[in-house]
Amino acid sequence: MNPANRLEPRGSCEPLLAPGSSEPLHGCDDALLAQVWAVLETVPDPEIPVVSIRELGILRDVRRAADAPGLVEVVITPTYSGCPAMGQISEDIGLALNAAGLAPARIVTVLSPAWTTDWITPGAGEKLRAYGIAPPQGDRPAGAQPLRFMPRGRPAADQPPCPHCGSPHTERLAQFGSTACKALYRCLDCREPFDYFKPY
Amino acid sequence: MTQQHLAYILRLADNALILGQRNSEWCGHGPALEEDIALTNISLDLIGQSRLLYSRATALETALTGLALTEDDYAYWRTERQFTNYTLVELPHYGPLAGTAHAEKDYAVTIVRNVLYATLMAHLWPLLERSSDTDLAAIAAKSAKENRYHMHHAQDWLVRLGDGTEISHRRAQSALDYLLPYTNEFFSADALEDAVAADGIGPRGTDLKAAWLADIGATLDEATLKLPVTGNYITSGKLGIHSEHMGYLLAELQSVARQHPGAQW
Repeated sequence: MNPANRLEPRGSCEPLLAPGSSEPLHGCDDALLAQVWAVLETVPDPEIPVVSIRELGILRDVRRAADAPGLVEVVITPTYSGCPAMGQISEDIGLALNAAGLAPARIVTVLSPAWTTDWITPGAGEKLRAYGIAPPQGDRPAGAQPLRFMPRGRPAADQPPCPHCGSPHTERLAQFGSTACKALYRCLDCREPFDYFKPY
Repeated sequence: MTQQHLAYILRLADNALILGQRNSEWCGHGPALEEDIALTNISLDLIGQSRLLYSRATALETALTGLALTEDDYAYWRTERQFTNYTLVELPHYGPLAGTAHAEKDYAVTIVRNVLYATLMAHLWPLLERSSDTDLAAIAAKSAKENRYHMHHAQDWLVRLGDGTEISHRRAQSALDYLLPYTNEFFSADALEDAVAADGIGPRGTDLKAAWLADIGATLDEATLKLPVTGNYITSGKLGIHSEHMGYLLAELQSVARQHPGAQW
């Protein structure tokens, strides 16, 4: 990538904050932050490499450190508490910045507001589908309500359509899948199994 | 910031760690591939929760005593009496046996325990989201989301086992008869919980009982199982006095760290 392109703000230098958050926004006028955002745009999720950490909502902010204005802070949040990819993601961020000739950043991990699949960008949902993973459906399982994942004459509340053929006739094979954030489904029409990115 | 506050965080952390460790015994040994993956994922979440909580504990510890500890110091370098998890979560995956006798793992025991614990946490985590300890509240918000999947998984299986064959029903009922008395400890009055409740850090266990019992009752009805009598005996894991199984569990959990002190990997 040529450096001139890298400096282009792509709309991603606006931090993705949760609605109602009062953290200060950093505008695109800070060239260094814009540059870091642009570099981080290319950092893929280690487990689902078709989407970037920004598109998944793991990358929360890029800002100047309050205690050292020359130092950039990259703020990330884990998906699941036990997500084993967090160490890898921090390392990948460091490598990407280094490869772009930028100074090392301080990586800050925050837990609040808690990550949610609502932060996955609409474009990323399309990429997931093309990759064979059904993106999360809107409804999240409600609090203490019993919600049966096994067939007992009632359809599950969040049946995702097949990412391969688009059929709505799918069934859950297992509530937990190849990574913490996915469940395993099967299409009843094209018979292909697929991963479903669980609402969180 | 008080010693009780720290001790309360460690209780929550120890429960998550010890149940995570216990359930991870199914990794590579699940009754079906999907269940192998499910139990391993649930363990991953629980151990992740324990790491966040231990990390919070290190900050409190430093503020209270000046000690600079790490998550690993809590998980690997404390002894049995210093762990304050419920006795329920340390029990092996089989029914009552004398002394050090051993049996094949029984999935009904695993599932019943997960139902009992996850249903408790389904009520506890949302209350902790309003804790005066904002770090704890943030951990609770994540954990509540994960716990929902754990609870649904366990409830589904309990219904499948209870309302299944004659054998699966019998085994589910006997796992429930065995484990339910251990839940007395969830709700027993306790000076520590009184102290953290007074500071708005977390609720007293006893305040959760009615809602927990209602949910358990609904699940058991669907599973065609009967709620057994729990009796008056109260186990004392949360006070650091454990069953004979805890030492064996810790020996396995801590063996690598203790054979290679200070190792980095």
